[in-house]
Formats: sequence, structure tokens, C-alpha cells
Amino acid sequence: MRSRREAPKMEEAAPEKDNLASVDHILLVLSGKGGVGKSTITSELALALRNAGKKVGILDIDLCGPSIPRMLNTLNSAVHQCDAGWVPVYVDKEKTISVMSIGFLLETQDEAVIWRGPKKTALIKQFISDVAWGELDYLIVDTPPGTSDEHISVVESLRRYKPDGAVLVTTPQAVSIGDVRRELTFCKKTGLPVLGIIENMSGFVCPNCSECTNVFSTGGGEALAQESGVPFLGRVPLDPQLTRSLEEGRDFIQAFPESATFDAISNIAQKVLNDVGKPSALDT
Amino acid sequence: MANESGFGGDFPLRSISDCPGTVSEQAGKASACQGCPNQAICASGIAKAPDPAIQEIKEKMASVKHKILVLSGKGGVGKSTFSAHLAHGIASDETKQVALLDVDICGPSIPKIVGLEGEQVHQSGSGWSPVYVEENLGVMSIGFLLSSPDDAVIWRGPKKNGLIKQFLRDVDWGELDYLIVDTPPGTSDEHLSVVQYLSATHVDGAVIITTPQEVSLQDVRKEINFCRKVKLPIIGVVENMSGFVCPKCQHESQIFPPTTGGAMKMCNDLNIPFLGKVPLDPRIGKSCDEGKSFLTEVPDSPATLTFDFDHAYDNLPQRLSVRLHH
Ligand SMILES: Nc1ncnc2c1ncn2[C@@H]1O[C@H](COP(=O)(O)OP(=O)(O)OP(=O)(O)O)[C@@H](O)[C@H]1O
Ligand SMILES: Nc1ncnc2c1ncn2[C@@H]1O[C@H](COP(=O)(O)OP(=O)(O)O)[C@@H](O)[C@H]1O
Ligand SMILES: [Mg+2]
Ligand SMILES: [Mg+2]
Repeated sequence: MRSRREAPKMEEAAPEKDNLASVDHILLVLSGKGGVGKSTITSELALALRNAGKKVGILDIDLCGPSIPRMLNTLNSAVHQCDAGWVPVYVDKEKTISVMSIGFLLETQDEAVIWRGPKKTALIKQFISDVAWGELDYLIVDTPPGTSDEHISVVESLRRYKPDGAVLVTTPQAVSIGDVRRELTFCKKTGLPVLGIIENMSGFVCPNCSECTNVFSTGGGEALAQESGVPFLGRVPLDPQLTRSLEEGRDFIQAFPESATFDAISNIAQKVLNDVGKPSALDT
Repeated sequence: MANESGFGGDFPLRSISDCPGTVSEQAGKASACQGCPNQAICASGIAKAPDPAIQEIKEKMASVKHKILVLSGKGGVGKSTFSAHLAHGIASDETKQVALLDVDICGPSIPKIVGLEGEQVHQSGSGWSPVYVEENLGVMSIGFLLSSPDDAVIWRGPKKNGLIKQFLRDVDWGELDYLIVDTPPGTSDEHLSVVQYLSATHVDGAVIITTPQEVSLQDVRKEINFCRKVKLPIIGVVENMSGFVCPKCQHESQIFPPTTGGAMKMCNDLNIPFLGKVPLDPRIGKSCDEGKSFLTEVPDSPATLTFDFDHAYDNLPQRLSVRLHH
């Protein structure tokens, strides 16, 4: 299969190796705010896309607080070197999900990565150039909160691969919406398309009396999407089962197919598939 | 820029754990530094060379009695919420002069949480003036320097560090009993800069905020190691969003379950003080969105019975000051 990503290679001086050459689609998961569920959405999207028969890679560029290794149960895995570069860690025997994270490069989980910007940038560049992903339908990039070194660096390094766009995650309350507003401006300024906004942690249903409480209020994400003319991808409820699954690195999608949260996540994944999965003009 | 191995980057695969860090004596000289793109900078000592600002900041801070940093490795755990309420709590004593400094440059939430969104900083003869919530509570944030709420601060490290330096050196803080510094998540530029710029002054220490689940604790342990590495004392850890009480039936749910024992167990394991728990309460979030102090908004919450939560925030200033021996 020829990938459209071969196109930019011909314009620039072609490097000897291009590890992203056989990656069909690139998505970034962003939020100005921390703790809103970027890593959660990244993990669940990857699992949902795998369920849909896709091959998925996850690049975790949260260098100070990597969560993906725990969430996908690959905590004690290591990265190896091969001719093509660094071999990512595979989540399953079938190698349908592969992961690269700084978590795999640390001696202990508790170790702090006390780095200023330039060093973070250097590692991110290396992640983009040196990870031997092989053929992937989707590469999902999980990011730390903010609009600083990691974000600028990853967008710059990915530019020649024309990422499909960013999924923005927010929680419903104003404090979080304010930061996501700024992230939208970041996307605009850097020319990164916005695929849509997800409102996470929207409403909690009491398991005892079924009363739904909007712990972090509700509706803020959808209102922001409307106001900014960006697609609204959906709402994911606050679900302790989801938290638990991620703590233990289990596949929520397989474990709780009956839950409202499952529906919410699969709908979002379906939207992403429909939107991004469309064969692009350069694909043959 | 291909190196000998033929790959694009320069990081040897196994060097990351051995990085001595830019502030260490070993910076740029350890074996792990070979091949690191920052080696030259670290070895030259530029990264740890005394900036003249450190001395100027020392003079500025001579009139500040206590300095407390609020930290967490994890995002969205309630650092800004806690910082603001700690400031409100201390400032409810009118004899105390309090300042709140927000060094979250890309995601400043303090202006909204203290109800000062849209305010602008004023230039005075002696520097920038903080914006005041009350006479004895002044606030400084990059939020006061932006022209619209859509403005993104797309800055790399050095620019962020420059502004933090200005906040510490050029703001007309005046005589203060407490300076509370709210930070972004992580262990990077902002954190290193605050610690370095304050290195010639006495910092009482850091209050670390976490939520109960392991995904958060794992990042918080990194933050604790950061504190140990840069020799920042740890005042203690607060567990936030710990348990949710249904407002209808009073049933308690662990929305963010403490699957590995929560913050208290972590504190026991690491031998650091545990300061208390604050429940997940929608009214805290609402107060923050409305820019009001939760302490005055909901003084008689029913959750108090279960969680003693007024006290989780309320007693904190006292409990802190005991630890600060003043
Ligand atoms: N819908 C949800 N229901 C319940 N828990 C959730 C939900 N979404 C996320 N969480 C939990 O909230 C916590 C924060 O999520 P996560 O780590 O994905 O956020 P993040 O945006 O990646 O944070 P950071 O900015 O620190 O990287 C995790 O423990 C996760 O399991
Ligand atoms: N105990 C709590 N109960 C309910 N909501 C809370 C609680 N603590 C914080 N929040 C809300 O959670 C969100 C994240 O808090 P914030 O202080 O901005 O986190 P951080 O500064 O760590 O990123 C805010 O909307 C805040 O109002
Ligand atoms: Mg994350
Ligand atoms: Mg904050």
C-alpha cells in the first residue's frame, strides 16, 4: 500500500530513513488543561480503533508525567534497538497497538525527569525520527497540558507529515474551558486542524440512587465547540469503572460493553474514523 | 542531523535515568552526559551560573516572611484551587498580608478562581502592582497581561523563565506575611526557575496536591523526588477530590479510587506529612468558576459531617503555621 506520506519526502532532501512513511493517519490529543483525560482518551481511542480492526501506535510525549504505560499495562516493558531505530513496546501479542513513552526509558517509575525545554525538544525529535513504527493505520500522540516546548516541538517535527489534526479534551467547567480556548488559538496559529472537542467527566450517576450530579458542571465543552465553529465529538461521563480500568491497565471497552461510557467512547471513535478515515486525495 | 548510529537523534537509549540534572555538580560531566544535546550547556555551568537576578530577588524577598510553593506532578488535581483557598484562608485574618503568584504561564487559572478575570496589571514607580482581591490579598498572573481570554501563550522555556524572574523581582510586593506560589504540573522550566530564583532566600517549602488514584500518585512521587533533588522541603501532601457524597442520598462514591492506598499510604511509605483530604464537591468547582471563595460561600456544608472538609481547608493555615514555627 502506498501511503500519502511519501509525498513530502520527495520535496525535501529525503532522509535515509523515514519511520513515519507507512503511517496513514496522525492524530494529536491536546488540552490546555491538565488532568482532563487526554491520556484516558488516547488509550480508549486506541483500544476502540483496534476493535475496529486498525493498527495503532501511541506516542506519549508527556515527558514529566507519562501515564500511557500504566493505562495500557506495559509498565515494566523496555525499548530495544533494531536496524530501523527504536522498537516500540507492543501491548498485545498480535502487535496491533504499539507504544513509545519516556516511561520505558526510566530505571524506576518514581524517577523525576527534571528537564528544561531544549532537552525535551531533543527527545521529542528523536521520538519522531527514530521509532520504528512499521505500518500503522493511526498514530495517536498524547501530550502534556499547555502550549509550550513539547507542543511546539511536536507540531514542528510532524509538519512535513501533515497530521490529520487534533482532538481537544476538556472538562465542562469554566476553569478548564478557559485553557482549552487558548489551545484552540494554538492550533490556529500553528496551522493544526482541529478535529473536534470532547467533553470529559460530564456528569456522575450515583450508583445508589441514580441521581446524576454534574460534579464539574456540564455543557461547557459543547458550548465552546459551537462558539468556535469546531465539531463537538461527544460527552464522556465521570465513571469510576473507567478510572479503575485505567489504573489496572485493563481494556475498558472489552470489560464494560454495556455501560453508557462505552457508548460515549465508541461514538467518539466512530466519528474520528469517519472523519479521518476517509481516503485522502493522496491515498491510492 | 544524523549521528554515527544513523538515527536522527542524539540520545543514547539508556542515558535518561542517569542524567544528573542541570543543577547538579555533575551537570554535563557524568558518563550519561556523553552524546546528550545539552552536554555543552550543562558542562559550561551556564545552566547553574548565578544569575544576578538571584541577588536582586533576595533583596526583594527580604520583606516576605513565608514562601510556600504549591506543586503537583499531575495536572487538574486542584493546585490552583488549593493555592487560592489557602490564600483566602490566611487573608481572612486581616492582620496578615498575603500574595498569590501564579507561575502557570500557559494555563493561568488564578485570575478566574479569585474573581479577577479581565483585570490588568498596573505599572507603578516601583514596578508592576499586583491586582488586589482584598486589601490584604494581592495577586499576580500572566492572565493580567493578556488582552483576551483567547490569547495563547505559545512560549518555550526561556521566555517563561524570563517572566517568572520578572514576577519575583519586578513586582511591587511590599511587606508580606505569606507569598503563595501556584505552579503548573511537572518538573520542568517553571519549577526549576522558581526554585533557582528563590535559592538565595528562605523558602518554607512545598505543599503537594494529589488525587487518590495511582495514575496521579505516580506523577506525584516524581514531584517528591524533584523536591528532594533540589532540596526543597516538603510541608506535606493534600489529597484532593477524595470521595464524592451524593447530594441526594448522601451515599459516598470513590470516583477517583485510591487503588494503591491513596495519598496517606504514599506519605507513610515516603515518610512525609499528610495534611488532609478534601472531598470532590461540585460546589468547590462552582465557586471557582464564579471566582468566589468556597470558604465564605458554603460555610455550613453537610459534607462537613462526613469529611470535616471546612476544616480540611480552614485549619490548614493554622496547621501550616505550626509547621512553619512563627
Ligand atoms: N470519564 C472519566 N470518568 C472517570 N475517571 C476519569 C474519566 N476520564 C479520566 N478519568 C480519570 O481522571 C484522571 C486524569 O485523567 P488523565 O490522566 O487521562 O488526564 P490527562 O489530561 O492526561 O492529565 P495530565 O495533564 O496530567 O497528563 C485519571 O485517573 C483517569 O483515569
Ligand atoms: N475538591 C474538589 N471538588 C470539586 N471540584 C474541585 C475540587 N478541587 C478542584 N476542583 C475543580 O477541579 C478543577 C481543576 O482544579 P485546578 O485547581 O484548576 O487544578 P490544577 O491547578 O491542579 O490544574 C477546577 O475546575 C476546580 O474547581
Ligand atoms: Mg496525561
Ligand atoms: Mg492550575
